[in-house]
Formats: sequence, C-alpha cells, structure tokens
Amino acid sequence: MNLGSDPRLILGLTGSLAAVFALAIGLGETPLSYIQYHQAFIDMSSAPAQILWFIRAPRAVAAALVGSALGLAGAVMQGLLRNPLADPGVLGVSATSAFGAALVIALGLAATPGAVQMAALGGALVAGALLTLLAARLTEPQTLILFGVALSSLGGAATALVFNLSPSPVATAEVLSWLLGSVANRDWSDVAVATAPAVAGMVICLWSAQALRMLALGEETAALSGLRMARLRGAAVAGAALLTGAAVALAGVIGFVGLAAPHLVRGRVSDDPARTLIPSAIVGAILLVAADLAARTIPSSEELKLGVVTALFGAPLFAMVSWRAARSWRG
Amino acid sequence: MTEALTLAGASVTLGGHLALDGVSLTVRGGEVLGVLGANGGGKTTLLRAALGLARLTSGEARLGGCPVGSLSEFRRALLAAYLPQERRVGWNLPAWSVAALGLPHLPPAKARAKALSALAEVGLGALAERGVMDMSGGERARVLLARLITTGAPLLVADEPAAGLDPDAQLQVMELLRARAAKGSAVVVSLHDLTLAARGCDRLAVLAAGRLVALGPPEQALSPEILRQAFGLDGGLISTAFGSVIAAGRIAKESNPDNTGEVNDRREGLAR
Repeated sequence: MNLGSDPRLILGLTGSLAAVFALAIGLGETPLSYIQYHQAFIDMSSAPAQILWFIRAPRAVAAALVGSALGLAGAVMQGLLRNPLADPGVLGVSATSAFGAALVIALGLAATPGAVQMAALGGALVAGALLTLLAARLTEPQTLILFGVALSSLGGAATALVFNLSPSPVATAEVLSWLLGSVANRDWSDVAVATAPAVAGMVICLWSAQALRMLALGEETAALSGLRMARLRGAAVAGAALLTGAAVALAGVIGFVGLAAPHLVRGRVSDDPARTLIPSAIVGAILLVAADLAARTIPSSEELKLGVVTALFGAPLFAMVSWRAARSWRG
Repeated sequence: MTEALTLAGASVTLGGHLALDGVSLTVRGGEVLGVLGANGGGKTTLLRAALGLARLTSGEARLGGCPVGSLSEFRRALLAAYLPQERRVGWNLPAWSVAALGLPHLPPAKARAKALSALAEVGLGALAERGVMDMSGGERARVLLARLITTGAPLLVADEPAAGLDPDAQLQVMELLRARAAKGSAVVVSLHDLTLAARGCDRLAVLAAGRLVALGPPEQALSPEILRQAFGLDGGLISTAFGSVIAAGRIAKESNPDNTGEVNDRREGLAR
C-alpha cells in the first residue's frame, strides 16, 4: 500500500473536519446555554447530553461516514476509469442499492430495524459482485462504464417500477423522501450497521492504491508492471461498491460529493490517484457534515434534504475548482 | 547467453484474420532489433504476443528462456518492460512520479531515487517535478522512456517511441535506446521511419501482412525487393556522409491494394 506522504495536508484536513464536527454537535435547532453544554459533558442522563450525544453526534458521525465513503469511492472510480467525470454512481451500484431500499420501503417493511439498510447493502453487493467479476476480466474501462450504465438504467427502472406498482401513496412519498438523501434521525445503531462495510471498503480501496496510480499510464503498461492488475482492479471495484452500498444504506442517494471531493484535493497531491484517496475521504466527510449542518440550521418550513443541499451549495464551488483544474484534464 | 526474447512459429488471430503468421526470431542482450512494416502489418501484434499481451493461436513466445504464459506478473516484469504506442498519461503527474512507476514494488524513496537517475539519463533531470501534461510531446516521450529504463528489465520493448516527434527528438530516443543496449539490455523497437531504423538498429525484422519477410542487418532487410514487397516502395538504402538513408518512391497500386501482391509498376515519383 503506497499512498504517498502528505502529512501536512492530511493533518490540516483532519483539523478542519474536527472543527466542522464540533460545530455540527454544538449547533442545532435547540439553542443551548453554556451551563447546558457543561451539563452535557458531566451528566449523560441530562437532556442536553441526550441532544448532543444521542441526536446530533450520531447524525454528524453518519454524515462523516457517508461523506468519507463517497469521497473515497469517487476517487477510486476516477482513478480506475482514468476519468475525471466518474463518481460512485457511474457503475450503477447506487441505483441497485436504492432499488433494494425502495422495494423494502414500498413493501411496508421500513419499520423493521435494519431492513432498509440491509436491503440497500444487498442491492449494492449484488451489483458489486457482478462488477468485480467483470473488472477482473476486462481491461478496457469503457466496457466497465457501459456495463455500469446498463446496471444504472436497470436499477433506475426497477425503482420506477416500485413507484409505479406501489399501492400506497404514503409509501411512495417515503421512498421519494429517502431517495433524496438524509441523515436525519439516524442513531448509533444505524451508524453501526453501515460501519463494517464502510471500513472494509476503505481498507480494500486503499490496498488497490498503487494499481490506480499505475493505471494513469494505461492498461497495457499496467498489465506489464508486475502488479497483479486483475486482482487489484477487482478489489478497487469491490471496495468502491462496499463504500457506496454503506453510504446509500445509511443516508439514501447523495450525489455530487463523490464527484467533487477528489477534484477539491487533486491539485494538492500532484494529481496522483493514490495520494488522492485519503484526502478525498476526509474532504467528503467535511463536505457532508457541513452540508448537514446547513440543512439543519438554514431556516425553512421543513428541514432541507441533505442531497439537495450538497448539490445546491457544492455545484458552484465544484464548477469553480473544475475551471481551474481544466488544464490537467487534457489527454 | 540466454535469449532475452524468442518467438517460435508465433501466430495470432485477431477478429478472424491472421495478424501474425508463424513468426520466428530471437533477440539477445546488447542488440537493438527494429520491427518494421506497413500499417496493419503486425508490428504491434508481434510485440504484444512476445510479451504475453496477445494470445498465441500457435507457436511459442519465451522471455529469458521461459514460456511467457508460465510467468507470474511479477516475474514477467523482471524480464521485460513495455512502452506501448499510447502515450497518454491519465493525470498530470510529475515526471519523477511517472518514471518511478517502473518500479512499483520498491519503497517510494528508493523508486524516486532510481526515477531521478533515469530522468537524468534521458536529459530531463531539471524537469523532474514538472507535470507531464505541461511538457512537450518530445519531453513526455523521454519521461516515458525514463520509466522504461527505471524498470531495469533486461528486455525493453518500445512500440513506435519516435512517432510524432521532431527529427532531433527521434534521434534522441534512438540514441537512448542504443545506450541501453550498450549497457547489455536487449531492445526491441517498432518504427515507421526506415532511415531511423537503418541507422539506429542492429537488425531489422520486416513484416508484411503478419509474415516475417526479412530478418537481418539493415542493408539486407531493406533491400529493394523487401521494400517493394513490404511497403510497395521502389528504392533502396544509400550510404551518405551522414549515415545511411532510404531513398524510395511510391509504386501506384491500381488493381491490388495488398502490399504483398502484384503491383503496377507506375512510379508516382514521391520521394521519401
């Protein structure tokens, strides 16, 4: 695992994440006084402690976990496909994962603890397994992208079919709301369900780092580099699928973060696909914790959806960064 | 000395047609073998087959005396390194980082030291930190050559490394490959420029429609008969004060577009 060395960048980003995280736990709809903050640290049964540690903290951790998973998966996809437009959804894993969750919600099983998460994860794993087999056998990224587009269309159509055949408008609204992406009302048990696949995905993705760097020179050079490319390519896809599945299971479908996070750090790591991984994960976490904080605190009649906020605020920023980085996209 | 590369009756079928037809040759350390032929003649297929990237339909390819199919990825990389025709680098990596990819198994500091040494060898020591997309085509070609050198493999295979470069950069690339051969490496290089091949290679393998039609020193492999058969050119190798050059004119082909077939002997007078 050769991820390069960027201790200052990683330290700086970790500091920023800690700061955003502190804000996310400290600020919210219910204003707290200094005495109440103090009480939250010394008396776990107090109301302020409940708000901070059992409502805001799991929500912030969920946002950070989803953001880092999407940021890392995006960086892996862009490196694997040598394509700056790739994101975690490009291979169709988000779509199949969303279909799994939508089906369970429409069947009225959403109240069963962990059912939606497991269904989303299941959808991601089925797609991930198919893509991993394909990635190990195919060397052309275009074929993988085309297969991903097909899988994405299939997942989207299947989800639309769920809407189409759903007997209850309540269930339909619930599916739609879930598809817009949110970490509202997530508790520690929700976080726990997604942690295992997310951590596994992160370890697998980081293991494939050197292969991503080698792929910058093309498939044929990589094939003769001495690295076990079929295995590493498969691992990168499997890892990204696990990360995407974990993110969708915890927060629904959230776009943009996986596409933007790698671009926000690429200039600081000399464009190196391997060195992009860890900073992308941290930037993804910062983006999503900040976006969730905004979603919670921006005054509106109803809480804004996380996926909506990330796109609304992130897209202009991303356009600006992309404009600056455009010269490095030349072939 | 063990042959760095051996092809014995190697044939490859691509899309239902024979792209390489029973080619046999060997390459030893210290020599530069040029692979020539018209577009679609089988040059790249020969290189890919030799390295195990194209599946042989018959015959055998050996690297360092071992059948290429029996080698692990790691062992194959120890025996041969490849510079493919495609020179696109996916990201704007610094030159040293690209050159260091020749040794992906080494610790980063050691790989960087070797990469810097290879960049100095190709005359780009001062540009080690520059992004490859911010370089000229010639500089980028030399960076990729530095990666090839960094591998330290006894067989270096380069597919059209001089394509698209200005005359000075072309000569530079050939000189760098010759320098590696002088240090004991076996070099196999496919080229389109016949004069460059005649000057820079010890032996030439000339392909026409996948078949090896000549294998030998330039004056033998670029005889008027071979030029006519493989390239549809009327001409030959001429010695000048600056080295050998090819002087040839195109022969118009009215009835049969196949280079190996009968040609109409009407000269168009195009000098190369």
